Amino acid sequence: MKKNLIRSYVAIFVATLSVVACTKKEDNSNKILLGEYGSMTGEVANFGQSTHKGITLAQEQYNAAGGFNGKQVEVKLYDDQSKPEEAANTVTKLITQDNVVAVIGEVASSLSLVAADVAMRNKTPMLSPSSTNPDVTKKGEYIFRICFIDPFQGEVMAKFAGQNLHAKTAAIFRDVKQDYSVGLADFFKKAFEAHGGKILIDTAYQSKDSDFKAQLTEIKAKNPDVIFIPGYYNDVGLIAQQARSIGIKQPLLGGDGWDSQDLVKVGGAALENTYFSDHYAPDTTEPTAVKFIASYKAKYGNETPDAMAALGYDAFFVMMDAIKRAKSVSREDIKNALAQTKDFQGVTGKTTINAERNAVKSAVVLVVKDGKPKYFATVEP
Amino acid sequence: MSVTQKSYFTWSIAIFLGVLFSEVLYPGLNGYYQGILMVAGVNIMLATSLTLINGFTGQFSLGHAGFMAVGGYTCASLTIYLLPKLGLSPLGIGFFYAAALIAGGIVSGICGYLVGLPSLRLKGDYLAIVTLGFGEIIRVIFLNVDAIGGARGLTGIQNFTNQRWIVACTLICCFIMFRILGTNQGRGMQAVREDEVAAEAMGVNTTSTKVGAFVMSSFFAGVTGGLYAHYYGYLNPSTFGFMKSFEVIVIIVLGGLGSVSGSILAAIALTILPEALRPLQEITKVDFRMILYSLVLILFMLLKPNGLLGRHEISYYWKKFRRSKT
Repeated sequence: MKKNLIRSYVAIFVATLSVVACTKKEDNSNKILLGEYGSMTGEVANFGQSTHKGITLAQEQYNAAGGFNGKQVEVKLYDDQSKPEEAANTVTKLITQDNVVAVIGEVASSLSLVAADVAMRNKTPMLSPSSTNPDVTKKGEYIFRICFIDPFQGEVMAKFAGQNLHAKTAAIFRDVKQDYSVGLADFFKKAFEAHGGKILIDTAYQSKDSDFKAQLTEIKAKNPDVIFIPGYYNDVGLIAQQARSIGIKQPLLGGDGWDSQDLVKVGGAALENTYFSDHYAPDTTEPTAVKFIASYKAKYGNETPDAMAALGYDAFFVMMDAIKRAKSVSREDIKNALAQTKDFQGVTGKTTINAERNAVKSAVVLVVKDGKPKYFATVEP
Repeated sequence: MSVTQKSYFTWSIAIFLGVLFSEVLYPGLNGYYQGILMVAGVNIMLATSLTLINGFTGQFSLGHAGFMAVGGYTCASLTIYLLPKLGLSPLGIGFFYAAALIAGGIVSGICGYLVGLPSLRLKGDYLAIVTLGFGEIIRVIFLNVDAIGGARGLTGIQNFTNQRWIVACTLICCFIMFRILGTNQGRGMQAVREDEVAAEAMGVNTTSTKVGAFVMSSFFAGVTGGLYAHYYGYLNPSTFGFMKSFEVIVIIVLGGLGSVSGSILAAIALTILPEALRPLQEITKVDFRMILYSLVLILFMLLKPNGLLGRHEISYYWKKFRRSKT
């Protein structure tokens, strides 16, 4: 009994010691160290993993081409388990312990928001590949992003519905559990009404629901021209199937949350005649993107990269482009250089960072045809 | 030394160590360790306050995260919506923040009262389900109220919480939890835990004892929620799911149900453990952390089913140790 007690004390003591033992700061003089925090596990793990694949590919290509002034670039990755506390912990560790020059991450806006505070406090540039919530970059001058923001995406789909599909009325079916979905739905509503359209019904579900028929029947009764579903792909697949099965024939619209290999796997034929806005089209002919897709497929067993991977890839190169232009490899200079990013040609189009530290870039609208998302239109900002 | 003098002595040392820590030790630490210590402080408060219900009173509550959310959101709403209108000086802001923390605690305590009252007829599993339901209700309410951010989460909370707040609140919380055992209320709680019928026969008002435990525990959970909100500067309803409640329960079970010092030790250990295992991830390139963490929990429960300290405080073992030497 007493022996056990002593043993447990020893265990705690050793754990504490092991933490204290590694207090020393990393010496990064012969390499360039970037930090990445992402959801390798947890709710939005697939986004985090895709992004990491993109970043890893970019880093390998960059180092193979000679690196930065002969120095290799390393990316240190920590898993934040899709939890806000963990995001804060990992970013603090990256900045204060590993001494990284800049941080790349996160996909989910809720995690980026927490980490942005940490980055601001430590005056370290943070580049989010795909957080679309406007509040993220409002945190301060060290926080950047290379994707478009939700108001723009809502505007794109509202414009697209009105001009290309000639929709006068729309229904919104939002996921109240996801900040992303709620935000995008609000912006779509605003933009659609501003263009003279009418929202007939605005109803909601919660992620991981499996039966949507009650709400869909309600939507069907109002007979809108289009139905906007700004959810994530796994729910959208099911929603599409159930919508078609109760006889909803109208086009379904969505945002970049639809982007996944699994969308069509779940939704199948029900997804024909659906459109969603995205950061890039997998069937693009733009040379940078074609090269990226080919090398991604070669590295990851013929897997088609999704938008998260493409944005991760771009985030790395935007960062390296800024480091190249910076006066020195210091956090302050990298921040200034990032702010001056202009017409950077990446996989997801030309990126220019504006005064609000957001990327000004075009969005593409994809249509699902023959079981594959295909390029349909480009919408300029 | 009399018992009272001894207690004064112990607590003055604790306060001295607290001041020493927050004024001398903490500022010299690397930001990463500062972060871990802050989380440890938050976990200590959550664990010791839950000990009151699950440990001393022998009830089983699964709604601690819900109480924490109520306090956090109340406190954050006050500092976001009311504070800028008052135009206070820095010192005034400090006082306002303290008041907001207490307000968060009080609202949370009222919720504790509301949950505690109808749940009194329930015991064990049934009470656990009621409190679990309460936690979920709270989470879903916050998810759907747009004024406090809804699913997007509440942003724009100022980072008022520094080490002084955490140390002070942790000390106060621990002090009350240690001392309550000696009071009428505290003995009543233990009596209820041992045998409710016998306790009632001896004149313990079991109703007020149980409700009292709920109110006090949720008060401190609420204060902790406020500190948490103003440390991270962001609140999201998904943080306060039942997993958060489970984390706290794991801490107090591991520390020994009914032992305040055990909960404190376990809270510190379980905050440090996942971070201490992080270097392992770099070596193996696979995130084994959570597997190992869970493994440690399982092994611990198998080898030491009563938790770190069982039902006793650390002083008990200290005395025993001294006696065995003489």
